[in-house]
Amino acid sequence: MIDLTINTALARTILTGFIASEIRRVGYTRAVIALSGGLDSAVSCYLAAEALGHENVLAVCMPYKSSSPDSLQHAQMVIDALGVESRTIPITAMVDGLLDNFPDAGNVRRGNVMARARMIVIYDQSEVFKGLVVGTSNKTEILLGYSTLYGDSACAINPLGDLYKTQVRQLAADLGVPQEIIDKPPSADLWQGQTDEGELGFTYEQVDRLLYLLVDQRYTPQDCLEAGFAEPFVRGVVERIRRNHFKRVPPPIAKLSNRTIGYDFLYLRDWGT
Amino acid sequence: MKIQISLAQINTHLGNVSANLDKHLQLAQEAHASGADLLIFPELSLTGYVLQDLASTVAHSARPDDPVFKPLLDASRKLDLVVGFVDEDHRHRFYIAAAYLSQGQVVHIHHKVYLPTYGLFDEGRFFAWGDEVRAFDTRFGRAGMLICEDFWHASPPYLLWLDGAELMLFASASPGRGLGSEAQLESARWVEHINRAYASLFTTFVLHANRVGYEDGLNFWGGCTVFDPNGELLVKGPYHQEGLVSTVIDLNQLHRTRARLPLLRDERTALALREMNRILGSGSRTNR
Repeated sequence: MIDLTINTALARTILTGFIASEIRRVGYTRAVIALSGGLDSAVSCYLAAEALGHENVLAVCMPYKSSSPDSLQHAQMVIDALGVESRTIPITAMVDGLLDNFPDAGNVRRGNVMARARMIVIYDQSEVFKGLVVGTSNKTEILLGYSTLYGDSACAINPLGDLYKTQVRQLAADLGVPQEIIDKPPSADLWQGQTDEGELGFTYEQVDRLLYLLVDQRYTPQDCLEAGFAEPFVRGVVERIRRNHFKRVPPPIAKLSNRTIGYDFLYLRDWGT
Repeated sequence: MKIQISLAQINTHLGNVSANLDKHLQLAQEAHASGADLLIFPELSLTGYVLQDLASTVAHSARPDDPVFKPLLDASRKLDLVVGFVDEDHRHRFYIAAAYLSQGQVVHIHHKVYLPTYGLFDEGRFFAWGDEVRAFDTRFGRAGMLICEDFWHASPPYLLWLDGAELMLFASASPGRGLGSEAQLESARWVEHINRAYASLFTTFVLHANRVGYEDGLNFWGGCTVFDPNGELLVKGPYHQEGLVSTVIDLNQLHRTRARLPLLRDERTALALREMNRILGSGSRTNR
C-alpha cells in the first residue's frame, strides 16, 4: 500500500526542534531563508519562525526581471503572516552582468546562473544578519536532482529534505501557509511559464508514489511495474536518481594518505556540541 | 517493597564528557531530592551517540580513580545510578557500556552485545562486541542491563530472566524514524511494543531510558517507559522533550502476578537447552 500521509503535528515537533537545535548548538540564534513565493520556502520560513521566533528570521526575496509578480506577492503574504524581517534584493544586475556577455545562453544555463546568484546573495545576508541559511529542498527534488548544484541546494541545514513534495503540502496546510501558495503549480520561476511538472514530464503526485516504493520501501524496478507503474516512467526515474547522485554527495577526495577526509576521518558535524 | 525510579530523558553533548557529567550530577541531585532510589541514564549518556572517530577519545574506565567515575560513585551513595559510557578495557578495546553504581561501588558493567551495523547504524565499525549477558544483585533485588539493540533480539532478555533479573534496565539512544500518519514514530511504537511484551512474557519490570535531542539530522524520541509484571504501563515520558520521568514501583507485584500467571515456574529451560543444542549442533544450517 502506498500511503504518503504524515502526522503533521509530529513532523512539526521534530523539524522545529531540529532547526532550533542545529542552529543554536553552533552559537547562532537566527536564520535566513531565500523566500521565492513558492511552497517549499514558505514552509521552511514557517518552521524557522516557529522554531526561533519571528524576530530571528530574515526572509530574503531575490527577484530577477523575468520573475513572476505573483512570486513576490506570495512571498509578501508569508512575510506579513509571520512578521519576520524581510529584504528584497533583485539579482537582475548581477545575472545580466554575466549573461549579457553570452546572449546565446539557453534556459538551463540562465537558470543555473540565477540560482547561483541567489546563493551568493543569501550567504551574504547570512553574514549580515548573523543567521544560518535554512534550506528549502524537498526529498522529491533531491532524489530527482531537480536543483542547481551550489545554487538553490546550498544551505546550512535542511529541514525538508526527508519529505516528499506531497508531504510538504500536507505540512504546509497544518502550518497555515496561505492556500493560494499551496494550490499553485510548483515552479522554479527561472523563465516565464516554467512549471516543475511541465519540465519533469510527470506530476509530483505520480512520482512521489513511485519514489516511495523505490526508496522507502526498497522495491525493485520490476516490483514497481507489478505495482502498476509504466515501464518508461519507472526506467526514467530510476535513471534520474542514479545520474544525479553527484548532487547529493560531497565531491570525492582522491585518497593518498592513511587517513582521508570522508573515508576514515569520520565525525558528525555536531562534533563537540 | 516500593522503590522510586527516575529515568533521565536527557539530551547530550556529542563528545563533550565533562558537560555531560555535569548534567548527570545535577540530575542525580534533583532525582535524590525528589525521593528517587534509582536513576537510569540512556545509552552513551556521558558521551553522546554517533561517536564515530570520537569513540576512542571519550572512553573511560568505571574505577574510583577515574575523574569521571569518581564524582558519579560519590553521587551513588545517595541513590543508585545507571550511566552510559564508552568502556576501554585493558587490551584497549572500546565497548558501548552501561555501569550500575551503588553505595560508592561499581556493581556491574554491561557491554553491548548487539552492535547494529546496518541502515543508519555503524556501531560494529567503531566498537567491540560485548560477550556476556548477566544478571546481578542490587539492594532492590536482582537486575539486568541491556543496551538498545540488545533487546531488539529476544535472547538477551530471556537470558536475564533465567538469570534471575526482576528488574530489566534498558538504555537506548534510539534515532527516531518512520514518520507515517500516526502520532508516534514507527521506531517508538516498535520499542514500546516489545518492552510491553517482555514485561508480559517474563512477568517482570521493564524500565526503559531513552534520550532526546539531535545529532546532525538524527532525532532521539525520548518516551521513557516503565512496564510492570502485568505488562501495564506505569509511566511514560513525553516524546522529544527533556526531563526526569519518575514513578514508584511495588516489587510485591512480582508475587501477585506470578501467583496468577506462573510462566517462570513453568518455563522448560532444559527442553529449551536440549532443543537449542540439537538445532545448533546438528550440522545443518537451515534453521540457524
